[in-house]
Amino acid sequence: MPQHTDRTYEADLAHLRTVVLEMGGLVEDQIVQAVRALTERDPALARQTIDRDHTVNRIDVEIDELCIKLLALHQPAARDLRLITTALKITTDLERIGDMASHIAERALELADEAPVKAYVDLPRMGDLARDMVHKSLDAFVVEDPALALEVCQADDTIDKLHEQLFRELLSFMVEDPSTITRAMRLLFVSKNLERIGDHATNIAEMVIFLVRGQSIRHMDKRPREL
Amino acid sequence: MPSPTLIEPTAVPALDGKPIALAVRDLTVTYGSKVAIDRVSADLPERHVTALIGPSGCGKSTFLRCLNRMNDYIRGVSITGSVRLHDEDIYAPDVDPILLRQRIGMVFQKSNPFPKSVFENVAFGPRIHGISDTVRLREIVERSLHQAALWDEVADRLDASALGLSGGQQQRLCIARALAVEPEVLLMDEPASALDPIATAKIEELIHELKEHYTVVIVTHNMQQAARVSDYTAYFFLGRLVEFDTTQRLFTTPSRQETEDYITGRFG
Repeated sequence: MPQHTDRTYEADLAHLRTVVLEMGGLVEDQIVQAVRALTERDPALARQTIDRDHTVNRIDVEIDELCIKLLALHQPAARDLRLITTALKITTDLERIGDMASHIAERALELADEAPVKAYVDLPRMGDLARDMVHKSLDAFVVEDPALALEVCQADDTIDKLHEQLFRELLSFMVEDPSTITRAMRLLFVSKNLERIGDHATNIAEMVIFLVRGQSIRHMDKRPREL
Repeated sequence: MPSPTLIEPTAVPALDGKPIALAVRDLTVTYGSKVAIDRVSADLPERHVTALIGPSGCGKSTFLRCLNRMNDYIRGVSITGSVRLHDEDIYAPDVDPILLRQRIGMVFQKSNPFPKSVFENVAFGPRIHGISDTVRLREIVERSLHQAALWDEVADRLDASALGLSGGQQQRLCIARALAVEPEVLLMDEPASALDPIATAKIEELIHELKEHYTVVIVTHNMQQAARVSDYTAYFFLGRLVEFDTTQRLFTTPSRQETEDYITGRFG
């Protein structure tokens, strides 16, 4: 694609892509650390994760300001307009993902000294999946690849199923032994948060498809299998 | 820059069944050996605003001028193809260009009021077309000035010289003058390019009101203005019609790369 005749505009749009990625990288890291703080029973890491959420929020505000500046000064059209509106929406999702990582870290703090209900097998797997989905959705954003974005949308089913499965399993523990209820509920919150991260990654991926195609696939009864 | 792909000369962009005011087919205009318009076909919808955009020299003004035969005056010009106003060929030998321009009025970039009173400027056209009754002329002048959103500002100085009005008022006076002969179509060539933002906003507001009664075709260099005032937009490049679509689609999801590059400010 040719460059903008207005170089500062071009530079600002490039900068926008970079900060969205920076925010995305940070948020991915937050997911990994939060889950690790849980599985490794590391309260220090959990606290560090909670603290770092401020940085995520700061970048969120920075991106909002940059987008508003671009909208006000350049009256963007077509793809540029979609890039800016997509960035605005993507960062809202990323900010929420950051919050969820933070919530997971809070549960990690609470569970650090408690006896385990069961071995951490499914939650790390869900954590990896969630992080992968965020990573892929941002990759799709950078290279503007709708096919890759669609893969993310489809991966959401897997994480949903894992959450359902864990729900049933934890429910059976709680029925069997009410003393596990507090711990099991906390684990269920972690699972729910990871499942929600998958939903937000899906939102990002859907926005990428809008960015490239100019058509929204959100809120369709059935998600397209291919583009 | 590579030569743009074009809407095939015979293909006419669809109008979603809207009534057509002007139908242009295979219009080609050459000045000597220079091709200014290259096989352009388009339907311009009735009582809508169509904006013509594109870089300097793309042919948009030439296209506009073909719509009321203003190019007839230019030496060495050759025009082929057809332009039909409500199914009537405006280039047919029996068409009187003066009468045609009553039906298809024009407003220019630089306001050009006659050095006469406000009243006489607006009454000029109707007088030429044979109206001499003073009461009738007064009615026409008042109606036209109302339609041009100028009445309130000049009602008490109809006999003052038009040259004493501000630039924006002069431009609206020219619009009133064009409306006085009750045209069907109003062509506007950069009508606000010499005006300040407030006067520009008034002209744009006026264009919104005019489309209730008139078909408006406007040439503008200001893409935001095209986006604000028009229902349909035609993008011209190197004498060709590259894309014609509803303004919303053209500015959000244009179907051609050349259009996208132009409206997003990638001028090569």
